[in-house]
Amino acid sequence: MADIDDGPSTSVSEPLDLVRLCLDEVVFVKLRGDRELKGRLHAYDSHCNMVLGDVEETIYITEEDEEEQEITRTVKKQSEMLFVRGDSVVLISPQAPS
Amino acid sequence: MLFFSFFKTLVDHEVTVELKNEISLRGTLKSVDQYLNIKLDDVSVVEDVRWPHLSSTRNMFIRGSVVRYVHLPAAAVDTALLEDATRREAASAAAKAKQG
Repeated sequence: MADIDDGPSTSVSEPLDLVRLCLDEVVFVKLRGDRELKGRLHAYDSHCNMVLGDVEETIYITEEDEEEQEITRTVKKQSEMLFVRGDSVVLISPQAPS
Repeated sequence: MLFFSFFKTLVDHEVTVELKNEISLRGTLKSVDQYLNIKLDDVSVVEDVRWPHLSSTRNMFIRGSVVRYVHLPAAAVDTALLEDATRREAASAAAKAKQG
């Protein structure tokens, strides 16, 4: 790996380095099972296990009404401190979409 | 290893484990291992009306792979320490990768 960067703390040479730069920042996390999280990243590891603080979880639930029309409703949940197991994680993004 | 050490600091705290099949279990964290398997004591099912079949179980082992979330008491978590430990772990992982 050719390192033409300004030191180990700011370099982005592999994908998880992007996540490292998000420590103590608000991140958007997409999970399996139509779930999304928005919260402050306090820890992660190579499995994408994570600890998030002040988390808002959004769950998208699709149901069929009487005319077989698909309706998506969202359920929001709050949590002050949350450990997320990495095998549910689909993506981690520094920009929290509004 | 980071989260194994982290969970060891949370032993004897009250946590809520949410499983991938939607069941949430509240109990006292009694032990954890390297696979993040969890042993819980004094367990209560959060929505016991919806999941009555577990309500007689007080004490259980949960396989790490079925866990989706663990809700933690924020007061028991030192976030600055956790961020430093994460940076150290990331640095040692990068050093290992460089060695080949």
